[in-house]
Amino acid sequence: MLNVEQLRGPVDQSSKAGIPVSFVINGSRQELVIPPWITLLDLLREHLQLTGTKKGCDHGQCGACTVLIDGMRINSCLVLAVSRDGAEVTTIEGVAAGRDMHPLQSAFVEHDAFQCGYCTPGQICSAIGLLAEGRAHTRAEIREHMSGNLCRCGAYTNIADAIEHVMRQGAAAREAAE
Amino acid sequence: MSVTEASHIGRPTNRVDGPLKVTGQARYAAEYPAPDLLYGYLVGSTIAAGRITAIHLDLARSVPGVVEIFTHENRGKAAWLDRSWRDEVAPPGHPFRPLHSERILFDGQPIALVVAETYEAARDAASLIHAEYETAEHCTELERKRSEAYVPPEKRSGIPPPPDPRGDAEQAFEEAPVKISRDYRVNAEHHNPMEMFGTTCVFEGEGRLTIYDKTQGSQNAQGYVTSVFGLKSKNVRVVNHYVGGAFGSGLRPQHQLFFAVMAAIELERSVRVSLTRAQMFHIGYRPDNFQTVSLAADREGRLQSIMHDVVAATSRYEDHQEVVVNWSGMMYHCDNVKLSYRLAKLDTATPCDMRAPGAAIGVTALECALDELSYEVGIDPLEIRRLNFASKDENTDKQFTSKALHACYSEGAAAFGWNERKPEPRSMRERQELIGWGVSTGMWDAFLQKAEARAKLSADGRLEVSTAASDIGTGTWTILTQIGADAFGIPLEDVTARIGDSTLPTSPVEGGSWTAASNGSAVQAACEAVKQTLFKHARKMANSPLAAAELEDVDVSKGRIFRRDDPGRSLTIVEVMHAADLQAIEETGKVGPSLLQMTKYVSYTHSAVFAEVRVDEDLGVVRVTRVVCAVAAGRILNPKTARSQILGGVVMGIGMALHEEGITDHRLGKIMNHNLAEYHIPAHADIEDIDVIFVDEHDDKVSPLGVKGIGEIGIVGTAAAVANAIFHATGKRVRDFPITIDKLIAA
Repeated sequence: MLNVEQLRGPVDQSSKAGIPVSFVINGSRQELVIPPWITLLDLLREHLQLTGTKKGCDHGQCGACTVLIDGMRINSCLVLAVSRDGAEVTTIEGVAAGRDMHPLQSAFVEHDAFQCGYCTPGQICSAIGLLAEGRAHTRAEIREHMSGNLCRCGAYTNIADAIEHVMRQGAAAREAAE
Repeated sequence: MSVTEASHIGRPTNRVDGPLKVTGQARYAAEYPAPDLLYGYLVGSTIAAGRITAIHLDLARSVPGVVEIFTHENRGKAAWLDRSWRDEVAPPGHPFRPLHSERILFDGQPIALVVAETYEAARDAASLIHAEYETAEHCTELERKRSEAYVPPEKRSGIPPPPDPRGDAEQAFEEAPVKISRDYRVNAEHHNPMEMFGTTCVFEGEGRLTIYDKTQGSQNAQGYVTSVFGLKSKNVRVVNHYVGGAFGSGLRPQHQLFFAVMAAIELERSVRVSLTRAQMFHIGYRPDNFQTVSLAADREGRLQSIMHDVVAATSRYEDHQEVVVNWSGMMYHCDNVKLSYRLAKLDTATPCDMRAPGAAIGVTALECALDELSYEVGIDPLEIRRLNFASKDENTDKQFTSKALHACYSEGAAAFGWNERKPEPRSMRERQELIGWGVSTGMWDAFLQKAEARAKLSADGRLEVSTAASDIGTGTWTILTQIGADAFGIPLEDVTARIGDSTLPTSPVEGGSWTAASNGSAVQAACEAVKQTLFKHARKMANSPLAAAELEDVDVSKGRIFRRDDPGRSLTIVEVMHAADLQAIEETGKVGPSLLQMTKYVSYTHSAVFAEVRVDEDLGVVRVTRVVCAVAAGRILNPKTARSQILGGVVMGIGMALHEEGITDHRLGKIMNHNLAEYHIPAHADIEDIDVIFVDEHDDKVSPLGVKGIGEIGIVGTAAAVANAIFHATGKRVRDFPITIDKLIAA
């Protein structure tokens, strides 16, 4: 009996021939020719040396690889890079405004919202996405909508504190503006 | 020279590595670039026991980009003797040797490594490898091997076997008016740190390797590599600056280290090998176990007899041992105690220490049983713990260097509001949710291990402290910086800590909650040695204002060395170094346990954990809504990072109570839920309020710094507190962890 592996032919994955794509990654345009089987996560980590985006499962189950694509948070391990030609990608390396950290980055440091730091870039990108969505108004909602980002060190209460702090600051700033 | 007044130690300082971690600049093992890097991808066996009869590689070899495929038939040269494969923390037995032969010892055992020019090519080729096996009979089910359990003939270093029985526990049990005897089980757990095991082995040429490895001990990994591959120590450097969690799984070298190094040596190129999340389930795990706890008391609740018997899983090839039952002989006062701990061999990988190894499961059973006993006696579960307080370690008849457990009970209870508890099960509710409150005691070792450190004070006043410690999220970078800053009265910014590198002064693996006490004290000792040298030079200077001073009369702060009784009589560090024609003063410091003290004293960290659960009466859904963990851990170097350690332990304890379970299909001997969707670890939604209290505890004996360590204590007792709360809410005792909905409904 033949098994599935035996029916498959090998695919040339070393070929330089690939598909031309263009991304704006952290504000800079990248013209790339890449094979279609490369995930956005592997593209960032292995080809563009943007290792701030983490691989925690490669199956969309842990959220460590969360980046923002056109402002929306997404698991980059589940995205084939060629499928998002033209997209604007923001990774943890690109969330700060110049030399100043993003308010969530500062809040994570202040609230000790991490330990080993490996899930942290994903948590921060996810939190940026969450605040932009405007879906979270309470701590319970933060917890619910951040549940796609696992933290094995168990920094959850501190992460919620950090996000809540920035969420309230944002609300206060909006009120002051009105 | 006494310790300078602390201005950094004891403060809730932000992590010094924080900015690097939140900006994505902290580099983990699989993130280091190397020229012409090759990628390795492992193939695992699909059977649990037997041997490979054929392995078909042609299809895989034909994938463009594949450079080499290693199997047992063509693996690189490696050491022959068993002892060459034994790492620092290896248990007795025959360490696993990847690709050693055609024999299969466990499900997922690596049988081939594909090395290719790209990650994708290696992965694709790996999927095309087909092995044929001759299967042997296997057993992965502990229950079936329980009757063959044995006392491990060779003891694992550092793991004391159960003490001899004291009194007559059986007779006392028979005669006591109140008693319970119950079976407990904590199912196998997997560490699952967020970073998967990875190694980037950089082939530097001329026989030199720089190895970026995910490990809890750069020197343990370095020793393993040099010994297994017969390399010169000076040619192998292991770096682990940042470690994405480990929880014990990084204590022993994992498969990827062997494979990356072997391939790099054979191919004379740099190689990166990472495990996949599924492969992370085929390495060491917290062993499955069966426990029987029998407790008897008089009518007031005073313990008359304690018996605790455990059978825990190990592999066919090593006797992994933990301290599981000894806690039951020292947590409470009792004259009649009998403890036993045996192993049973399964066809799995060797289990591995996981956060609070032994205590996390043994104390869980004891503390659940004690809760049951309190209901039999009819007294408050907290009261029965206070009543049976042990004022010395009755296993060894030694004194505790400190034990502020009563403060944990009272401060924890006050913060939790324990006094409001109604004792009857099912007596507290809100709408459809039953509310329950449970308590547990926790206990963990306060070890001081041998460690060395170096301190280098430069003429510009900057300090560098170094030791080959690892920071796996524990805050080591930060506390060592704080200790260095306080030693010289300088700001944190003027101190650079160096850790995570095998070329630094000798350090034990990061584990057992001993790093802060051991490496921290070594850094302090090194700083003291620098101060002494500075003083020596200062006194020798012409017309020195310190000429008449003795070492104990002077102190160093803010760039000056001065007489404590007359701070005006001082010299700047710059002046002293200039006069001595020095650019820097560099000294080493060493610490280790005092054998003399150990004849009289033992040291432990203690805790009291209080948990509130809400259980949906119809659906059985359990929420842990509040936990208060009050900890007595000696001196707390950094309340912010220390608190995080306890939070993390509590969260993992909630996982043990409700979620975590490696599930094996015993017919196949295969782990079935090897991913993070089916092996559930607590997520944001599972974790509500956690309050951490550090009670005052002064201990001048436990370690030179007075520190006990806090990495494990948070998990010990948490699962029991949750289980006891579930009983209080529902009136149901589930003694098989995790307490999942199906078990709760069926109970």
